[in-house]
Amino acid sequence: MSALENLTIAEAGRRLAKGDFTAVELTEAHVARMARFRHLNAYITETPEAAIAAAKASDERRRQGQAGGLEGIPLGIKDLFCTEGVQTTAASRILEGFKPQYESTVTQRLKAAGAVSLGKLNLDEFAMGSSNTTSAFGPVENPWKRKSAPATKLVPGGSSGGSAAAVAARIAMGATGTDTGGSIRQPASFCGIVGIKPTYGRCSRWGIVAFASSLDQAGPMARTVEDCALMLNAMAGHDAKDSTSAPIAVPDFARALTGDIRGLKVGIPAEYRPAGLSDEVAKVWDQGIEWLKAAGAIPVEISLPTTKYALPTYYIIAPAECSSNLARYDGVRFGLRVPGQTLDDMYRKTRAAGFGREVRRRILIGTYVLSAGYYDAYYAKAQKVRRLIADDFANAFKTVDVILTPTAPTPAFAQGENTDDPVTMWLNDVFTIPTSMAGLPGLSLPAGLSSDGLPLGLQLIGRPFDEETLFRVAGVMETAADFKALPEGV
Amino acid sequence: MSLDKKAVRSIAELARIEVPEDELESLAGELSNILSFVEQLAEANTDGVQPMTSVAAMTLPWRADVVNDGGYPTKVLANAPEPVTLDEGGFFTVPKVVE
Repeated sequence: MSALENLTIAEAGRRLAKGDFTAVELTEAHVARMARFRHLNAYITETPEAAIAAAKASDERRRQGQAGGLEGIPLGIKDLFCTEGVQTTAASRILEGFKPQYESTVTQRLKAAGAVSLGKLNLDEFAMGSSNTTSAFGPVENPWKRKSAPATKLVPGGSSGGSAAAVAARIAMGATGTDTGGSIRQPASFCGIVGIKPTYGRCSRWGIVAFASSLDQAGPMARTVEDCALMLNAMAGHDAKDSTSAPIAVPDFARALTGDIRGLKVGIPAEYRPAGLSDEVAKVWDQGIEWLKAAGAIPVEISLPTTKYALPTYYIIAPAECSSNLARYDGVRFGLRVPGQTLDDMYRKTRAAGFGREVRRRILIGTYVLSAGYYDAYYAKAQKVRRLIADDFANAFKTVDVILTPTAPTPAFAQGENTDDPVTMWLNDVFTIPTSMAGLPGLSLPAGLSSDGLPLGLQLIGRPFDEETLFRVAGVMETAADFKALPEGV
Repeated sequence: MSLDKKAVRSIAELARIEVPEDELESLAGELSNILSFVEQLAEANTDGVQPMTSVAAMTLPWRADVVNDGGYPTKVLANAPEPVTLDEGGFFTVPKVVE
């Protein structure tokens, strides 16, 4: 592998500053490599010319002594972030060809920090999925392979599957993701990278195609804990254009990586060790606990009794919010239009042709649970259980500083597996959804390999707006794990 | 809750998504499975629990009720299917709704 694409963001930043190479050289190396890995289908839209032009501008800024925090770093952008003048599809036919006239706050902040966008990354349609197989632009392939069956194509997880695959395959130094029920953390786990869903409200949602607004949150995905911290430094912050964005100061997250976790209390929730949890996942989790103990932290058994209701709660609340949010795709103001005899006929035909199967299914469920006569039984009930889930965490954080769990119940599975029954597919997110319901920050980092050679991630969950503790603990675990394995061909 | 074809037809109408008649049956099965999965929530005791309507423990900000954005109709119409151009008035278009 050429040295440039394998650098971390932190190291590339230092070497760009020293003048070892230019942003143009770094970007060109990634552009060349994107062609080599095009079979992964990680990008929906590649923007090599714009990337080189942005890299030239970056080199110019550096010459003038105006380098930002991510100056000259080539990143991939999940195709759920509106990017001015660059097609933004949400991986849906209904938005094919849509060119936003404005830039999302998060991508604007990344640009302002000097980052270079390589293009728009594939995802599950409207971020609804856990395998990146619902994209209208085809599935993304995980660069990792099973040792026992190297020809089998594995999923990268979802919904930020293109982001995870691109970062793992070194066709982006880092990427933006969004997480509604696990869409940053589960693909990070499947692809052997680091990803953090910050606290709800930490990053502005303005300009991100909405799925479930009380859950959606943007976050960084990269190959090291420090790189995620550097990206989050640029992405986070209050934005008047998102009323749920928190007016809270953003610390320097990279400075949280002190390496010192002595005396920290780490909660180990009994409910995340259900009967039937794979031995491999349980083993990696136990190993993680040992690493923390060795570094002076104190594991504490805790209980989060409402955990088992998190998944059904999510599958009422998320479809309900999605059915409202996706009502805007009606063929009138933007996106696909299929002609109809009447206005209603046009709506019905446009939405039938524009939305894929999983999206249609979720809109229908959401429409039903919000409809007159069923609202209290489903939606109001789910909102009450959601409070119980949040209370579980609040109680736990009275005694512990951070919680450690597996990220996903399995390593990456094959394309075509788990597709018969939506509920089986949804079980992938069983460990990540509770955190989302409570709006808490969650970080996944690679902790080991399965016997078949696939990455397994561990999840750290923190108090609201305490991403710093997550970064601090994750930094210690990253050193202990010393995860150096690479996907095949990378 | 088990949904029949008639119920699915009515939900699809509410959602303004056309569903071919021959898909209603299988869709009814899929949606019924999902509903029976989420209905396990009925067993959770939520007596006296207030519904959680906001994740963040903060009051939403207020602002003055003034126009603070706009003035670029070309951008607004840029992605519209079959728009009436700005020199003709600048409109979105829909099929005829009034005879």
